[in-house]
Amino acid sequence: MSRRQSDSFANHPPLRALTVPLVSTLLGSATSLLPVIATAPLLPPFGLMIFLGWRVLRPEMWAAWIALPLGLADDLLSGHFLGTSMALWTVALLVLDWIDNVFVWRDYWMEWLIASGGIILITVASWALSQPPSSHARLLIIVPQLIGAILCFPAILRLAAALDSWRLRQ
Amino acid sequence: MAAPRHRRRGFSRKVQYSLFAGYVIAVVGVVVAAALLVLAHFDPRAFSTLRGLTLDAGSMFTSAGRSGVRVGSDLLDEVTAYFDAGGQNRVLRDQLASERRELIAAKTIKAENARLKRLALLVEHLPRPLLSARLIGSTPSAQRRFATLAAGSGDGVQPGMAVRAPEGLVGRIFETGIFSSRVLLLTDGETAVPVKMARNGVAGLASGQGDGTMEIRSLTAGGRPYRRGDIAVTSGTGGIYAPNIPVAVVIAIESDRAIAMPLADPARADFVLVYPIFQAPIADLPTQPKP
Repeated sequence: MSRRQSDSFANHPPLRALTVPLVSTLLGSATSLLPVIATAPLLPPFGLMIFLGWRVLRPEMWAAWIALPLGLADDLLSGHFLGTSMALWTVALLVLDWIDNVFVWRDYWMEWLIASGGIILITVASWALSQPPSSHARLLIIVPQLIGAILCFPAILRLAAALDSWRLRQ
Repeated sequence: MAAPRHRRRGFSRKVQYSLFAGYVIAVVGVVVAAALLVLAHFDPRAFSTLRGLTLDAGSMFTSAGRSGVRVGSDLLDEVTAYFDAGGQNRVLRDQLASERRELIAAKTIKAENARLKRLALLVEHLPRPLLSARLIGSTPSAQRRFATLAAGSGDGVQPGMAVRAPEGLVGRIFETGIFSSRVLLLTDGETAVPVKMARNGVAGLASGQGDGTMEIRSLTAGGRPYRRGDIAVTSGTGGIYAPNIPVAVVIAIESDRAIAMPLADPARADFVLVYPIFQAPIADLPTQPKP
């Protein structure tokens, strides 16, 4: 306890340590502002991937409610109905907290598998929630995007790790 | 490697309470988000001010980068055009000769059409375009197909207006910010355009499939009304789109329905025209005259 109190870094983390994960997730969501016009969903959901990357890397960093503002920003930027990412990301954090207690043993492949499952479930669910009742779109159209997202995830994890070591440098 | 037991933070009351409060806030937030979703399904234009503001803020960044992307894609087209330039030249020359003959025929038909309309005293109120603006971006990762237009409610753009490029229909205004707006593209699953085939006039309904194509279903049963290469144009039914705007070209036939590709590629359209709503449906029917 005394060691903890004397460690000023643990008590008052600098602004950079707090904002880097948030800002990087927001920037990931902001990839939907890229000036390309697509007639089919092609880009992987970078906001979601960076968000899951931080959660896998630093499970203790965020409380579950942090997904509410981040999800709201993602909804606003991507044009989803408000509440889609808000609800799905928060549920994902709660489920991941539960998974941490069930599967205690972890390695790289396990984390990739868990993140891939998260990406698939959240993308499919947000597809289902964003379709109007009279829609004719098929679920198959998001498959290329999903494959890209799963294959890109290790690179996103590396990016998050690099940002992590930069933000915690004293 | 065992995962760190990060959610057990010793016996400190303060830490345990703050952890519990975090979960409570998260669960309440999920309920609120679910309520927002239900609201959005009943009223898709809910929170239009907030959504419009983000749209405006985002469009500032997007429009800055758009010209660079356009130069890049044009350059790529120039390079690819050099391959098989010779063969293409010959084909185009033949095509031009036949098109020229058809153009002359079409001009005489147009003149005759105008004369017949005058004779029949047919009155048409075809709308004039409200304005022309640039398409600056889209939502490339999201599951809906929206593009961003660089004109908003400040310029008189309203939700529901039709958007077209020189090649054909692009879509419909979905929601507006002050100086930018979101266009629901033809390929989105929500789009449904009443069309007729230019070759035989068979009426149908074209709806988006979300993957860059549209599906055309005939409104009359039986027969094989579609052929590959057929062009679908708007029929004007329903009053949202003006008649005779080109919509899509049929690329595949699946029994009684056709898969079609939109004629206007929003990624290549430099400028698009915004048309006011062609003829709004009458809100309340005229009352019965009293006897």
